[in-house]
Amino acid sequence: MDDNLLLQVEDLHTRFHTPEGTVYAVNGISYRLHEGETLAVVGESGCGKSVSMMSILGLLPVPPAEIAGGRALYRGQDLLKMSESELERIRGKEIAMIFQDPMTSLNPVLTIGKQITESLHKHLGMNPTQATERAIELLDWVGIPDARRRLGDYPHQFSGGMRQRVMIAMQLACTPSILIADEPTTALDVTIQAQIVELVVRLRQQVGMAMIWITHDLGVVAGLADRVMVMYAGFVVEEAGVDDLYEDPRHPYTIALLAALPRVDRRRDRRLKSIPGAPPSLLVEPRGCPFAPRCEFAIERCFIDNPSLQPVAPRHRIACWVEIKTGGQR
Amino acid sequence: MSRAEPLVVVDRLTKHFPITRGILIQRQVGAVQAVDQVSFTIARGETLGLVGESGCGKTTVGRTALALYPATSGRVVIDGQDVHTARGRDLLAIRRKAQMIFQDPYASLNPRWTVNAIISEPLRVHRLCANDRERTERVKDLMQMVGLSPRLINRFPHEFSGGQRQRIGIARALASEPLFIVCDEPISALDVSIQAQVVNLLEELQGRLGLTYLFIAHDLSMVRHICTRVAVMYLGVLVELAERNELYENPLHPYTQSLLSAVPIPDPKAARQRRRIILQGDVPSPINPPAGCRFHTRCPIALDLCSQERPAWRDMGGEHWVACHRA
Repeated sequence: MDDNLLLQVEDLHTRFHTPEGTVYAVNGISYRLHEGETLAVVGESGCGKSVSMMSILGLLPVPPAEIAGGRALYRGQDLLKMSESELERIRGKEIAMIFQDPMTSLNPVLTIGKQITESLHKHLGMNPTQATERAIELLDWVGIPDARRRLGDYPHQFSGGMRQRVMIAMQLACTPSILIADEPTTALDVTIQAQIVELVVRLRQQVGMAMIWITHDLGVVAGLADRVMVMYAGFVVEEAGVDDLYEDPRHPYTIALLAALPRVDRRRDRRLKSIPGAPPSLLVEPRGCPFAPRCEFAIERCFIDNPSLQPVAPRHRIACWVEIKTGGQR
Repeated sequence: MSRAEPLVVVDRLTKHFPITRGILIQRQVGAVQAVDQVSFTIARGETLGLVGESGCGKTTVGRTALALYPATSGRVVIDGQDVHTARGRDLLAIRRKAQMIFQDPYASLNPRWTVNAIISEPLRVHRLCANDRERTERVKDLMQMVGLSPRLINRFPHEFSGGQRQRIGIARALASEPLFIVCDEPISALDVSIQAQVVNLLEELQGRLGLTYLFIAHDLSMVRHICTRVAVMYLGVLVELAERNELYENPLHPYTQSLLSAVPIPDPKAARQRRRIILQGDVPSPINPPAGCRFHTRCPIALDLCSQERPAWRDMGGEHWVACHRA
């Protein structure tokens, strides 16, 4: 029934064991990604959005990290049970990842050409001439002017936006089925951000890949995602189609977050609604709803029991005990 | 002084940073033209937004306006006093009247100092309190004013969250009872749920204390919300300045138009219907900026004239200023 299911994550738990104590970073999150779909994972710093992705790709150092439970099925195979060499074949080839700062993922002492051709050689077994020609095609494809000449340049000779294009070219070289983009435009200026978003949207259609876009920016997501998952303190608190989430947000955290955002296309009509307090410490084992201390609708039960994700409308789920319209329990 | 007189006058302000070569015998081989001929005024009680992308010179304008950098040429007058010619007691008086809030609440507070030491420093420098007891009372008042519990007075910065640290920075800026505060990206390091807290606090303090702000930011949505008028910078020059709704609803400069069209809107339907003007390429280097209009290399509607002659800074009516040959 779920034929085009690509990735299915179930009840994932990730912790870090640090000198200060155990950090409860991801606390039982579940989601599905279908072929060609774009899922956005939205949340503030420390909400576990990046860690949850790094966990399934085996990119966290163990220890201090510990995957304390869960499954992550990619085309039916559990990524969490794979050996490092099996994972290495999946990473880069089947599931590609781009990060906020391309400078940390590019080697500063190797030319761009060397870095791209190396992965073409390694993953696709191309000979040097083929690899060079393919690298030029790829750079051209992601909009790097004068691609042939720029193969000999080092990463620092590119601007931030151009470096992100190089990263995208490298990651898409093997036509992956999933691209995980972790805040890829956060460090960029707004006009460059628009260029990169436009590029990724175009490439996604050409390659036909699914995408997970991790961000704190509810603005970027609106123009990009099919489905949105909102995270808070290591939990998923709401999940819905993009139109439903923005038009009819149901979780108090999502509602508050959207009310705290001013709009560039509207006149000011009120003060911003602010959310009091700050996110909870992740060093304390979670009990109850993580948002309860900052929630204006919280009832007694919210502080004791953690609500699970429950449907409130077709393809729209929230984790909340309160019926906001009445103030009573759901 | 009349109320109509602007509190801050920035007149053809220019700031070039020399590029030198050589270790023992340094010679200048060029200059980063960070700010070039920038002019604007800020009325008392007003918030002027200064927006633009990284490297456009907006922070340099803020710092040069407070004489943290000497100006290459041009003039800045705050409350009737020229900040770049002032010396000694006059300079100290300006420093008391004009303060700054910084972007990074982690880097702008001394980690070895307690909150008390940090907030009371301006009180000591400007000798605003008669004794230690009075000073501590004043620090507690300031903490209360920015929403921090006075019980935390002996804590260190690392014991506070990002939003709370920004409140400490605001309390420090308020300590000398300034008239004018340069807010340099005060919320861009903070999470969304905390940004609204800090913005609301800045507004509340403005209403209560009659403060005047220069609000430097790259978040154009927040700038529209908080500012009365907005100025747009590109590569060291002002390209447009107008009342906020006029600027956002009727932008005249092609750079402002593309900048506004690139800002994401948290509304999927509006986002799909939007027409975006996507600029090609990157911002050129300020070491050797393009001749004529500095934007002409990326401008979708540039003429030959634009690469030859620098457009004049002119009022298109109703105090809507723009520097563009095509406007």
